[in-house]
Amino acid sequence: MVNIEKYFGSVCALKDVNFEVGKNEIVGLIGDNGAGKSTLVKILTGVFPPTTGELYIAGRKVDTGSYSVKKAHALGIETVYQDKSLGEKQAMWRNFFIGREITYPFGFLKVKEEKKIAAEIMVNTIGFRGKGIGVDSKASKLSGGERQGVAIGRAMHFEAELIILDEPTVALSLKEVRKVLNFVHKIKEAGKACIYISHNITDVYEIADRFIVIDRGEIVAGIEKAKISLKKLDEFLLEYSHGLKDKVQP
Amino acid sequence: MNRRTSRLGFLAQLEGLPIAMVLVVLYVVFMFTAPSVFTGYRIYMSFFQTVPPMLVLAIGLTFIITAGEIDLSFPAVVALSGFVFTWFFKHLNAPWIGFLLALASGALVGYINGLLVARLRVPSIMATLAAQFFWYGVTILIAGGLQIDIGAIVGTTIHTIFVGRLFGIFPLQALWSLGLLVFFWFILNRHKFGEAIMFIGDNAEVARVMGINVEGTRMKLFTMHGVIAAFAGLLLTLEINVFFPTQGQGMLLPVMAAVFIGGTSIAGGQGVLVGTFFGSYIIGSLEAGVVATGIGGYWVQLVEGLVMAASVILNVILGEEGVSILSRTARKWALPSQAPPGDKT
Repeated sequence: MVNIEKYFGSVCALKDVNFEVGKNEIVGLIGDNGAGKSTLVKILTGVFPPTTGELYIAGRKVDTGSYSVKKAHALGIETVYQDKSLGEKQAMWRNFFIGREITYPFGFLKVKEEKKIAAEIMVNTIGFRGKGIGVDSKASKLSGGERQGVAIGRAMHFEAELIILDEPTVALSLKEVRKVLNFVHKIKEAGKACIYISHNITDVYEIADRFIVIDRGEIVAGIEKAKISLKKLDEFLLEYSHGLKDKVQP
Repeated sequence: MNRRTSRLGFLAQLEGLPIAMVLVVLYVVFMFTAPSVFTGYRIYMSFFQTVPPMLVLAIGLTFIITAGEIDLSFPAVVALSGFVFTWFFKHLNAPWIGFLLALASGALVGYINGLLVARLRVPSIMATLAAQFFWYGVTILIAGGLQIDIGAIVGTTIHTIFVGRLFGIFPLQALWSLGLLVFFWFILNRHKFGEAIMFIGDNAEVARVMGINVEGTRMKLFTMHGVIAAFAGLLLTLEINVFFPTQGQGMLLPVMAAVFIGGTSIAGGQGVLVGTFFGSYIIGSLEAGVVATGIGGYWVQLVEGLVMAASVILNVILGEEGVSILSRTARKWALPSQAPPGDKT
C-alpha cells in the first residue's frame, strides 16, 4: 500500500500510510482504538476504497475504484473479523461458502458437495472431533475461539495468500485465545502471510515476525521481532502513548 | 443436537411441524364443534378459493422478514395490480397484456421501495408505510374511486388457467399458490439469492464482508415482493370478477400474522416457508370455523388471538431445543432404569 489516505467527510482516518507484507510473514499491527487499524484493513480487503493512494497485490497494481471484497478474495486476501465472520443463525456449511457458493446453473446450491467439503475442513484443518458440532450446527453453538477457527479454516480452504485477523481474541477466555493463536501458527506453517491486529501485545509478540505501530491515522514505527524483546516493545508503546517518544520511521 | 440421545430429533428437522399440528388440531376441533360444515369437502374447497391470495402475499413477506425488513405496501399493490388488469381487460379486451402490466406495476412499486430502503437507507417500515398510502392514493385517483365489474372474464382462458375449477370443484389458484410455495422454498433454501437474504437478515455486516452485494440483494428482494403481491392481486381480482379501489385493505395484519405464526422470526435471518403455508390456512380458516361453530361472530377475534398466541408459543417450545428435551423426557418415562446421559447442549 503506497501513500494511502482515507477521509470520511472531512475526518482524516488514514494519512500517508505506506505498508507492506512479505510472503509467509506475520505482521502484528498495533494501535489504540480509533488509530485507523480497521480502516486500513477495510481498504486492503476491498470493503471500501481509499480516498487517494495506490494498492499493489503480489506486485501488481490494483484499480482501487473497482476493487471489491470479491476481487480481494480472488487475489487471495481473506479477513477474519472479531465478530463479523459468521452468520449466527446459519448452518456451518452455509457459513463456509457464503459469497462463494458451489452452484448448479442458475445459482442453485450444491448442498451435498458444500456439506462434504465443510465437514472435511472442520475435521482436518480446524480439528473439530465428535463434540456434537457438525456441518448442520448453527454458528451460535460455537465458542468464540471455535468461531475464529472456522473463519481461519475457511480462509485457508480458499487458498488465501494473506489472512488478516482483526482483533480475533477480543472477549475470549484465555483458553480460547490459546486456540486462536494455535490457528495462527498453522497459517505460518502453511506458508501463508498474515496481518494480526490486536491490543494484546503479548499475543502479538508471540506470533508476529514484525510489528507495525499505528497512531491517529499514521504509521509511527516498524520494528523487527528479532531486534526487540517483549519488555522493550511494551515499554516503547507505553512511552509512545504518553507522548515521550518521537516518531520512528520504519 | 446430540444424535445419540435424540430419537425424535428428526422431528425438529421437519420444517413447520408445530404449526402444522396447530392446523390439524384446529380442524379436528371444528369437526366436533361444527360437524355439518367441517366433515364435508365444500368448506375446504372454499378455503382453497379464499386463502391463495393471502398465501401468495405471505410467501413474499416471509422473504422480506427473513431479510430483517418489513413491507407494509403490499395491500396497495393488490389494489393497483387489480386496477391495471381490469382496465386493460375492460377497455382494450387485452387480458394478457393487462396481466403482464399488472405484474410490472408491482415490480415498479417494489423497485421504488427498494430504492428508498437500499439506496437511500430509509427504514423499510417508514418507506413502505408511505408507499402504501401513496399507491392506494394513486389507484383511487386513476380509478376515479369507482369499482370495475369484469363479469365477462368468467370462462376466458386467463380466468380458467388461474382460477378455474379442476374437475369442476377444485380451485386452481390453490395449485398456483402451492407451486409458488415449492418454487420459492427452493429459492430461499437452495439458492444463493435465498442464502444471501438469510445472511443479510442475520447480520448485514457479515454479509457485506463476505462479499454479498447487500444493496443489490435488497433491491431485488423488494422488487420481487412487488411482483409477488401483484400476482396475489390478480388471483383475487380474477376470483371475485370485480376490482374495487380498496381491495387488499385488511390483508396486512392477517398476512403478517400468517408469517409469524408460521415460525419466521421477526429478528430476521431465518424464514420458514412451510410454516407460512400452514399459518395462512390457519388464519384463513379461523373466521369461517368459529362462525360455523355457532358461538357467534363476536367471538371470532378473540379465538383468532388465542390461536395466534398458542401457535407462537408452540413454535418457541417446540423449536430445535424443545424437541430434543421432549424426546429425552419421553425416553425417561418409557425406560426409567436407563435414563439417557445428559446432553450438554
